[in-house]
Amino acid sequence: MINPAVPAWLVPTDIEGADDVSAYSLTVNGGSYAVDVDDPNTPLLYILQENIKLNGPKFGCGLGQCGACTVLLDGQPIRSCITAISDSAGHQVTTIEGLGTVDNPHPIQQAFIDEQAMHCGYCISGPMMYGYAYISQNPNATRDQILQALSEPAAGKLLCRCHSHVRMLNALVRFAQGAA
Amino acid sequence: MTLGKRSKSVDQASMTPDAFAALRKAGSSRRNFLKSAGVLIVGFSVAGPGRKLAAQDPTNPTGLVDANQVDSWIAIAADESVTAYSGKCEFGQGFSTVQTQLVADELFVPLSRVTLIFCDTGITPDQGVTSGSQSHPTEFGAGGLRQALDTARDALWTLASQQLDADMSQLSAKDGVVFLKSDPTQWVSYGQLLFGKRFNLTLNGQAVPKDPKQYTVLGTPVPRIDLPAKATGQFQYVQHVRLPGMLHGKVVRPPTVGATVAGVDQSSVAGLPGKVQVVVKNDFVGVVADTEWHAIQAAGALNVTWSPGAALPDQNTLYAWITQQPSADSLSVDSGDVDQTLGNAATKFTAQYLHPFQLHGSLGTCCAVADVRGGSGAKASAKIWSCTQGVYPQRDSVAMVLGIPNANVRVIFAEGAGCYGLNGADSVCFDAALMSQAVGAPVRVQYSRRDEMMGADSYGPAHVMNLRAGLDKTGQILTWDYEGWTLSRGNRPNATTPGNIIAGALAGFPTPPVTPAAARPPATFSNNSNAAPPYITGVVAGNPPGGQGNVSSQRVLVHTVASPFFTGPLRSPDRLQNTFANESFMDELAAKAQADPVQYRLRHLTDPRLIAVVKAAASAANWATRPSPNPANAKTGLVTGRGMSCVLYEGNNGYCALVAEIQVDQATGVITVTRLVPAQDSGPVSNPDGIRNQMEGGAMQGLSRALFEEVKWRFGSGVITSTDWVSYPVYQWGMPVPVITSVVMNPSDVPQRGAGECTITLTAAAIANALFDATGARLRQAPFTPDRVLAALAARS
Repeated sequence: MINPAVPAWLVPTDIEGADDVSAYSLTVNGGSYAVDVDDPNTPLLYILQENIKLNGPKFGCGLGQCGACTVLLDGQPIRSCITAISDSAGHQVTTIEGLGTVDNPHPIQQAFIDEQAMHCGYCISGPMMYGYAYISQNPNATRDQILQALSEPAAGKLLCRCHSHVRMLNALVRFAQGAA
Repeated sequence: MTLGKRSKSVDQASMTPDAFAALRKAGSSRRNFLKSAGVLIVGFSVAGPGRKLAAQDPTNPTGLVDANQVDSWIAIAADESVTAYSGKCEFGQGFSTVQTQLVADELFVPLSRVTLIFCDTGITPDQGVTSGSQSHPTEFGAGGLRQALDTARDALWTLASQQLDADMSQLSAKDGVVFLKSDPTQWVSYGQLLFGKRFNLTLNGQAVPKDPKQYTVLGTPVPRIDLPAKATGQFQYVQHVRLPGMLHGKVVRPPTVGATVAGVDQSSVAGLPGKVQVVVKNDFVGVVADTEWHAIQAAGALNVTWSPGAALPDQNTLYAWITQQPSADSLSVDSGDVDQTLGNAATKFTAQYLHPFQLHGSLGTCCAVADVRGGSGAKASAKIWSCTQGVYPQRDSVAMVLGIPNANVRVIFAEGAGCYGLNGADSVCFDAALMSQAVGAPVRVQYSRRDEMMGADSYGPAHVMNLRAGLDKTGQILTWDYEGWTLSRGNRPNATTPGNIIAGALAGFPTPPVTPAAARPPATFSNNSNAAPPYITGVVAGNPPGGQGNVSSQRVLVHTVASPFFTGPLRSPDRLQNTFANESFMDELAAKAQADPVQYRLRHLTDPRLIAVVKAAASAANWATRPSPNPANAKTGLVTGRGMSCVLYEGNNGYCALVAEIQVDQATGVITVTRLVPAQDSGPVSNPDGIRNQMEGGAMQGLSRALFEEVKWRFGSGVITSTDWVSYPVYQWGMPVPVITSVVMNPSDVPQRGAGECTITLTAAAIANALFDATGARLRQAPFTPDRVLAALAARS
């Protein structure tokens, strides 16, 4: 356990089969982490939430059906709740914390703030990360293209239960116009 | 008081960072603040200076918060910072921002100087639950935050008038400074006036609120204070409360409704990693492990033998089944002449409307963290971090579950995903508390998607609504008869009813039954959750009219029957369903009378504010005045239509009208909503962007519920089959996003009313009415799935 932020009680030292614990290295928001995990199937989400103590990717369904856990893996949006740590190791993980901060928000975050584009905000990693990935590749994207990108079959379902879709789409269009 | 020096008595880990920072700013701790602060003696004080205040300490939950005391609501520090305490939560509806605006405006201080602390037992006033579009009426009404602020402001100005040797009428204030209107160089600041003392005043019911015309912070589109942290992933939801030594719990629920534990094979989890512990109490089963993933594995591996569950009604015949059950009945109004008037009417019309069980379906599953110390009994204590709608009711109910005095339980609100009512927030607190009590360590529990959807979420109940009306030869409605059935099992938990939600019931607490009873003649009119349509007079026993219309022959009768599933308030509870029926029926009557749906509504309305929003929505939508259906539309292919609905929410809250414009593909039965045009009057607008955000979100959530949402189960086996977002489809990204054109009325001479549940109440009826306008087909059962649309199209005469 290299990451000093992880408290000792989290480290499974006296469990049966502890000899099988594997260390995985991954890069999260530019920082290097090594985590000891006894189950290579452990979803990345729990590593980000418990070990690295990030709040951006969130548990919504554990089934890849809602998008609240979305992070970028080497720039591509994935569902961290169904992505194993063993498949994440060695890759670059970016969460919404990695885009910007309250004091220095990324332009896409500023666009969501400018449009007041959320209610509870729990889902925000989904539309923000899918929008970010698409618009970054397609800086002249139109409103319809952005909406289409959020419904790609590869993306699976993407939900917002407060139903802030109108404003979120406006925010993504605002970001695209700034990016173009 | 001391600033900036942290008292050892404050347990930082027990608070969210925001709350702790605010508390630090207000003083070392609230109790120390109150102890160390002198007493401000104000000339007109109605509280005696010797009156003793109850201690209020964030680390001592036995402290009572006296909501009649100004100091329970507001503290002004020597450094001019202002801290307000409120019992109304933030769920994403923006009310923490509005309350901050209220503080700034009533006290004449800058927004940046105000910190709001809300919903923490022992620290904030007990304001019950945050629900039912009641936050604005409560905080702006008698005994609420505004009255405390106005009392405080009057005290400050009284002191200032003494200090500046001037009459109150000669004073003005800005940025926390009171000055002479005639000579602004003569001024004194709140901090200088108070020196960190407390007010020691009871709330003054005669304190005059600021005239909304004078608002400088309210009435402006102040950006939401919580959004920057949410947009950047830095916001701490309840899901992110992390305590030293915290373990992770998962529940193991009955696989079928009503199943009970026959046996738990603890050996089935022996040898699993994570120091797994099993917790069983009656039919409550949970596992605790060191990490969340280990707990998930253990919950899946634990071998529990369950007895067979209860038989469920056949979903195919659910609605007939409901009307055959024994019921508790309630009459809102009965003029006694409905049958006779119907008999004499030129045109009689009846229709039945059906609405399914629906889920709150919060995007994030519910979560709680509980730290129970000392087991049970008088010396035990508990701290709970919860996304509940009511920290005090939850404190009392969790105390009963744990067998701990409620004075030893502290519930601290931490925001979860939007709840929209009684989702699993309270139930998961019981789960976490029971497991923490059993293992003697802090336990965090977050439900799986399946846990949340099959049981923890107290469903919005199904409804059957039978409508009858008689018209005269001109089409005027002579009589209106509403008879509805709904279901109930449990509700919000309180001190005596932990069994109102699934976790309490599984732990052995009884769920109060529905006791069948005949309706008694009403003494006063009741809107009864919009069961009463706006178009009746609502006259009972010679009382003033309670309705908003002119139909005087009227009956509104509601039957409540026992539900097979736990039920609870779901955004616009019963009101959405009743208004779906009433506003669809009104549209059908307009068609019978061959009248334009908007004009026909206006013919039967008397309330000027409801009339105004109907006209405003119609105008903003460029409503073409003509009867429905649209005679120009073909019977095949893609057609468009528009529909109207309106309501005065609960007969006394927000006024709203909504026009839906849709496209219907008559080959596939797919409805696409292209535009929604709501007009709303909730009194003086606190935040013009905030109310629009609520109107938009509500209208869209209403769209999802109208087109997609229905809880499903398997007949006989007791298995709920709506367990994820595939088996419970909702509106999702990628579907066409309609244009929303909102009209916000902003009267200044009326009280503030609720805004959060108006548009959602109207969307289903507006879409159904638009479908009729487009096609001549009438859908009387929600949701409006393509197969139901196709069946209705096929049934057209």
